Amino acid sequence: MKRHLLSTADLSRDDAVLILDTAEEIARLAARPIKKLPTLRGRTVVNLFFEDSTRTRTSFEVAAKRLSADVINFSAKGSSVSKGESLKDTALTLEAMGADAVVVRHSASGAAYRLATAGWSSSHVVNAGDGTHEHPTQALLDAFTMRRHLGGFEERRVTVVGDVLHSRVARSNVHLLATLGARVTLAAPPTLLPVGVESWPCDVSYDLDAAIPGSDAIMMLRVQRERMNGGFFPTQREYSRRYGLDAQRMAKLPDKAIVMHPGPMVRGMEISAAVADSDRSVIVEQVANGVSVRMAVLYLLLSGSESAIGSDEGQAQNQHQNTEPKGAAA
Amino acid sequence: MPAIPQGARPVLDEADISRALTRIAHEILERAKGAEDVMLLGIPTRGTFLADRLAARIADVEGTTVPVGSLDVTMYRDDLRLKPARALERTEIPDEGVDGRLIVLVDDVLYSGRTIRAALDALNDLGRPRAVQLAVLVDRGHRELPIRADYVGKNLPTSQRETVLVRLREHDGVQHDAVYLGIESETAI
Amino acid sequence: MSTTYLIKNASVLGGDPQDLLLRDGIIADAGSLGPVPGTVVIDAGGLIALPGLVDLHTHLREPGREDAETVDTGTRAAALGGFTAVHAMANTDPVADTAGVVEQVWRLGREAGHCDVFPVGAVTVGLKGERLAELGAMADSAARVRVFSDDGKCVSDANLMRRALEYVKAFDGVVAQHAQEPRLTEGAQMNEGELSGLLGLAGWPAVAEEAIIARDILLAAHTKSRLHVCHVSTAGSVELIRWAKSKGHPVTAEVTPHHLILTEDLAKSYDPIYKVNPPLRSAADVQALREGLADGTIDAVATDHAPHPQEDKDCEWAAAAMGMLGLETALSVVQQTMVDSGLMGWADVADRMSVRPAAIGQVDDRHGRPLAIGEPANVVLVDPKAKRTVDRTALASLSQNTPYQGMELPGAVVATFLRGTATVLDGKLA
Repeated sequence: MKRHLLSTADLSRDDAVLILDTAEEIARLAARPIKKLPTLRGRTVVNLFFEDSTRTRTSFEVAAKRLSADVINFSAKGSSVSKGESLKDTALTLEAMGADAVVVRHSASGAAYRLATAGWSSSHVVNAGDGTHEHPTQALLDAFTMRRHLGGFEERRVTVVGDVLHSRVARSNVHLLATLGARVTLAAPPTLLPVGVESWPCDVSYDLDAAIPGSDAIMMLRVQRERMNGGFFPTQREYSRRYGLDAQRMAKLPDKAIVMHPGPMVRGMEISAAVADSDRSVIVEQVANGVSVRMAVLYLLLSGSESAIGSDEGQAQNQHQNTEPKGAAA
Repeated sequence: MPAIPQGARPVLDEADISRALTRIAHEILERAKGAEDVMLLGIPTRGTFLADRLAARIADVEGTTVPVGSLDVTMYRDDLRLKPARALERTEIPDEGVDGRLIVLVDDVLYSGRTIRAALDALNDLGRPRAVQLAVLVDRGHRELPIRADYVGKNLPTSQRETVLVRLREHDGVQHDAVYLGIESETAI
Repeated sequence: MSTTYLIKNASVLGGDPQDLLLRDGIIADAGSLGPVPGTVVIDAGGLIALPGLVDLHTHLREPGREDAETVDTGTRAAALGGFTAVHAMANTDPVADTAGVVEQVWRLGREAGHCDVFPVGAVTVGLKGERLAELGAMADSAARVRVFSDDGKCVSDANLMRRALEYVKAFDGVVAQHAQEPRLTEGAQMNEGELSGLLGLAGWPAVAEEAIIARDILLAAHTKSRLHVCHVSTAGSVELIRWAKSKGHPVTAEVTPHHLILTEDLAKSYDPIYKVNPPLRSAADVQALREGLADGTIDAVATDHAPHPQEDKDCEWAAAAMGMLGLETALSVVQQTMVDSGLMGWADVADRMSVRPAAIGQVDDRHGRPLAIGEPANVVLVDPKAKRTVDRTALASLSQNTPYQGMELPGAVVATFLRGTATVLDGKLA
């Protein structure tokens, strides 16, 4: 039975379209005088944030409250890494409180998956960003924004630029956009691309300028300043020059192409202020769409006797069937 | 869903449905003393098409266009947790808004009354109508709430084990409109 | 007066059935023996007799982490796994970098009595990789340390590694290197490859192991000193060691049971029970390791038995400790992957799990001996037809972090004898 939203890779095309369509209907309700819907009355949604993210947490909080769910914000600063309360104990606590859904943000890749499959909790789990793995609702709101502007995904080209290696947003977008039929190009310096990226369902380019003219949407990823110390690229100046989106590069985009950024932006680094504030930029709209998309996700996961979307709890089991390596003598 | 379900017997044919809608259109105008502040809101999916048809008949009779919209009640249902999560239908409120108007809710079948209860709640969140009325093609009885229809195409006594199936040209890919009375195992509407 | 055992009809190294008489700590007689008065007779029909297994790589955790394992519980697990000797790794707390600590571990082993415990000494003080520990003092101690390792940490400083290799020549020691280039593996969580990229887990590239092995082979050749490579995990490492041996360089290597059977795919579960260092690799690596073990490029199977308490595994992947249990399942894994697959015979198992590890650890005067008259009575009897489902709660180890929970594995240790004394009988601790 589907229960969780952990990765966009788990979403079928039908699932993804259902989420976007539902979000579209929900967005239409946003203009009403009474924005609240009674749908999740009596349900408890816990925002479990092991990492600071006011934007994402607030977006989920508004989404859950507009569906009349009770919202508990549980910010667990300091994970078990720093010997605070462990993920397991936190999960047991929330289980005891009767959480119907746990929206989890964690610095460790796989934390949401672990929460969903380790048997500590029977709640629905929504991944709100796990380490450098995935951030499915961000990708969904990006897709929602793109569909509104581009009309669809078939034959549309989306270029994702920057620190793909450390970006959960990039991973979730590549899976989701490929599922929806768009063509994705990752443009980044080789040091910021993961090993094995050739097998991802997308194209890869080291040359942003080559990718720009064919792009219907361009998504700039944040480059964290600490990456500079990691030696991933020589200087901020060189990065901006080769992979930053400034007015000159923007001018080479097709006429109706949009500029996106999952935020928070580092103006002057991966995106110039002029571009961020231009009429091509849909960055503010992305934020607004986040609430509708998260309402759709919570609605589809929580409202019925079983979830309409998402991944299977039982997936992690049967692991041992894979233990005999392929090609090995039996 | 098969266009004409097996084992179902027709209880209304296209002509019956057409006459019923024409009658309801007249009744609405009569009760409202004209079409001035009437707004029709169909409950998806078939109620939406019936509302469109009623609006067309009112236009024929009165020569005026009444605003028509749709009101999805899914998010207001009281049985959400009993069934798998379902897709939302379209809510389309005409630009005039519902405040101060006579809203006629339009649905295909009136049964337990729970859908209409949800619709009243949904409407309440949209504004404050002057009055709310209900038009249905078929009233099959077995109410579970104190709700009644103001305009009924056909009162159809049924057993709770039976299913009423409405088939409309716009929605169901059929040649002719019809209402069937199905056997227990048929998919509910 | 200790018990005398008459083992009837055991298939010695998988060969024809014969009888073994274990008396006064040695194999007193062998062949086709008649009734011997005053003996306990063990019907070993259908069982394989091997020399007691020797593990080059065991974490007994004592002193310091007695919540995970103690010398007593760890050696119980060893005996149940068919081992008569284990080499206890140095990464305890305090680190086994002085004669005092290694003697303590050695003495605890003697007191427990389930198998011989040979402490491994740290190469550098505190495993810090800065300056040599008192290797000579540990060698001269009662523990007679011959294997030195900073296991868990790599002696990455080339000059320090050179000096260590040179220094241990004075007492015919061996440096067992945990080959992991530290800068290439900062924050590493799993094998670097397509899967690590998808899972968003920092990669541990094969090159980080292979680069150190290549360097150390050249250092060993240059210093003419013995290098032992711990838990080889990649196809490239096997190639390097094959090359080193072809050149006659003094290099030996070990592989763990888990690297012979498990692959990185298990990380998809994000269940840290599969988190280990070096990480589980690809199926191609597993295949190369099996072939390397079969053709003798890899000398030994060593468990890297690494107990961890529940809370260090019951968490998110990145926060979890690295390592898995191995002692009680090693022989079964080797049977499944090497024997039942036709890659090796039981004589080869005896060679890779007893003879050669004993030689590498310089304990081959006592362990890894032939099952012949006059030899020490270190014997293990294995039922190769048995099947068992691993139940982590039934293990003798204090910890439960086995990756084989619920798996059915072939083979069972029926009895283990340490110098003629049964440590395990009927599959249970004696």
